[in-house]
Amino acid sequence: MTSARFSIGIDLGTTNTALACAPLDANDAPAPFALDQVVAAGEHQARPLLPSFLYLPADVELPAGALALPWFADPRYCVGLFARERAASVPGRVVSSAKSWLCHAGVDRRSPLLPAGAPEDLQRLSPVEVSARILEHLVRAWDQAHPDAPLREQDVVLTVPASFDAVARALTEESAKSVGLERLTLLEEPQAALYAWVAAQGDGWRKHAKVGDLILVVDIGGGTTDFSLIEVKDEGGNLALHRVAVGEHILLGGDNMDLALAHRLKAKLEAEGRELDDWQLRALMHSCRAAKEELLEHDKKQKVPVAIPGRGSKLVGGTIRTELLREELSETLLEGFFPEVDAGARPQQAKKAGLMTLGLPYAHDAGITRHLAAFLDGRTPTKLLFNGGVTKSPLLRARIAGIVKGWLGGALELMESPELDAAVALGAAYYGRARTGKGVRIKGGASRAYYVGIERSELAVPGVAPRVDAVCIAPLGMEEGSEIELPMELGLVVGEPATFRFFASSTRREDAPASTMDPKKAELSEVAPIEATLQGPAGALVPVKLHARVTEVGTLELSAVESGTHKRHKLEFNIRVE
Amino acid sequence: MTTVTLPGFFERLSLALRVLGDPTLAARLRDAPALPSSSSEAPRQIEERVVEKIVERPVEKVVEKTIEKIVERTRIDPEAGALHVLALLQREGRLVDFLQEDIAGAGDADVGAAARVVHAGCKKALQQYFVLEPVRGEAEGAGVVVDRGFDPQQIRLSGNVSGAPPFKGTLAHAGWRAKDVKLPDRPPSVDARVVAPAEVEIP
Repeated sequence: MTSARFSIGIDLGTTNTALACAPLDANDAPAPFALDQVVAAGEHQARPLLPSFLYLPADVELPAGALALPWFADPRYCVGLFARERAASVPGRVVSSAKSWLCHAGVDRRSPLLPAGAPEDLQRLSPVEVSARILEHLVRAWDQAHPDAPLREQDVVLTVPASFDAVARALTEESAKSVGLERLTLLEEPQAALYAWVAAQGDGWRKHAKVGDLILVVDIGGGTTDFSLIEVKDEGGNLALHRVAVGEHILLGGDNMDLALAHRLKAKLEAEGRELDDWQLRALMHSCRAAKEELLEHDKKQKVPVAIPGRGSKLVGGTIRTELLREELSETLLEGFFPEVDAGARPQQAKKAGLMTLGLPYAHDAGITRHLAAFLDGRTPTKLLFNGGVTKSPLLRARIAGIVKGWLGGALELMESPELDAAVALGAAYYGRARTGKGVRIKGGASRAYYVGIERSELAVPGVAPRVDAVCIAPLGMEEGSEIELPMELGLVVGEPATFRFFASSTRREDAPASTMDPKKAELSEVAPIEATLQGPAGALVPVKLHARVTEVGTLELSAVESGTHKRHKLEFNIRVE
Repeated sequence: MTTVTLPGFFERLSLALRVLGDPTLAARLRDAPALPSSSSEAPRQIEERVVEKIVERPVEKVVEKTIEKIVERTRIDPEAGALHVLALLQREGRLVDFLQEDIAGAGDADVGAAARVVHAGCKKALQQYFVLEPVRGEAEGAGVVVDRGFDPQQIRLSGNVSGAPPFKGTLAHAGWRAKDVKLPDRPPSVDARVVAPAEVEIP
């Protein structure tokens, strides 16, 4: 294999994707790479962000060459800005938020599901395939500009939300490898944001951190919200960073906020007798975003006019005019998403509905500060780092910081991240180089503890399912490259799939390998079954021991090792949904 | 067949430099009928044997490349460029819709609401595709000096214009200059005359 020249950071976001690169043989700061993309039918241009949208037009929809790129004369699909623009007009042919589907345990993530609501004649794609198409676009755009250093030969660091579980990480790896990104490492987004901060500080970062500091990273993107805690420790006289906790996956972000504001104004217009169609609602959402940003930036302004053009060519008279008032913004945004709550607040749990629709499991409680209180659970950060587009607003930063300060009753220092849109990609590129020895690294290991379900051998009672014990196979914080063997021996039947239930916890840090517990009492969440089929004479019983390994990529690998022959069988996640 | 005297290397080099500096000449050369090619082979070979190789090759190469570029640029249809900008302003800011409407009878509130759409969108387009800067950095209304040898393309004098510079005056308008133009690439297959396609909604 040829040696890599760049460390590439890829922020594969829910709404936007970014790429940054850092040369491996120099100490130059990581730099963003603008991504060539179709910006309108028949036009392409490089832009700093690639919207994570995939557009699958009908054959007759566009003239030949409308989606042409320098590396692809007549593609049948398009990724990026034009795809996002088309989402309003042909919603059945545009995939958005594929990343959220990638971590949705309620669906089979390898089956063709997307776009949701696609017309009959459209060949749907799986969440894994959609992610692969977006990554492939990055490969082509990069290679076009760097024919002598193709992306597949570079060290690639791909970021994932800290709250992604082992299955979502494995699927992310699968989609990256399917487009040839073999030199791959996964990195948690909040960590990448902190690396971006370290990169911006240069060697001076040590002056801004001291042993015992606990850094809270609040990452609010377009579609997801993610929290992490990173501790500054003393390691042989040097400062070292350790990620100590990650939050649950919260499917809530800036897009939800803009939509909430748009619905509020829509209701106001309807009260005046003006109806909006879907197209206008979409336009209203765009105008609301701009109005929101203006109000958040200028705290003296009390209202911002919002105008929504009609679809026809008559603009004068066809334009609906309203305004967004500061009190509406405060009520919807501040009270709705960032309510002033006390440290003991917890998100409201969803009522179990009889039937779940096959949509994304959006957070039931929009109160981000309630989720944050539950995450901190009494812990006391000393520093706060913001990441994600939503936190660009000084007003929202002040709001969140103020609430957290109130909980602590003490000091909380704000850390400034230089470039919020690109921070994660820049930080990832920095980390890729740090792995080669140039720069500081955050230690953390597995973000969750994992458990296999093993049936208790006890007298069978008819009509009662045998009870299952959860046995810890990978403790929280298990380091990359390390492997654990469960001491207990299990008998697997050859020729038929052996299936284990599989659980996780992001809070139980005291569990050691082989700790055994009742999954319900320990409040473990079930991830997905794992299974392996041993080849050999059918019916034979083979003694095996289970092994868990955190790979260098950053994924969890489980295997069953035959006790006699030491033959290894990889256990795969079964993500089919019965 | 007509016999043509072919220019020597240094004559060609000087011609190339003239083409570089003179777009009109470049256009004339481009549009001139091609010379019959068969007669050009022999004298050219002789030429190459006479002139020292090391000197000739790199110099000739560089010059030819630059000429190619100029020719390519002049080939871009200025009409297509203008239509492209019109399409961008319509797409982002509905400018053509607005200007094509008769607003004489419309109320100021309606015109104002439409103007907000046009302003917000066209401003976004302007920022995205052009980098504009004032020609003069001083504040409007400030006293300025127009130096000797000033560029009348960049500065327009008004009022009591007589005599020779330097002139003292007041900056009435700071001017605009496009520092950069960043239009998206558009392949020639695109029909530039479609400023905005008709939209048909299928229920």
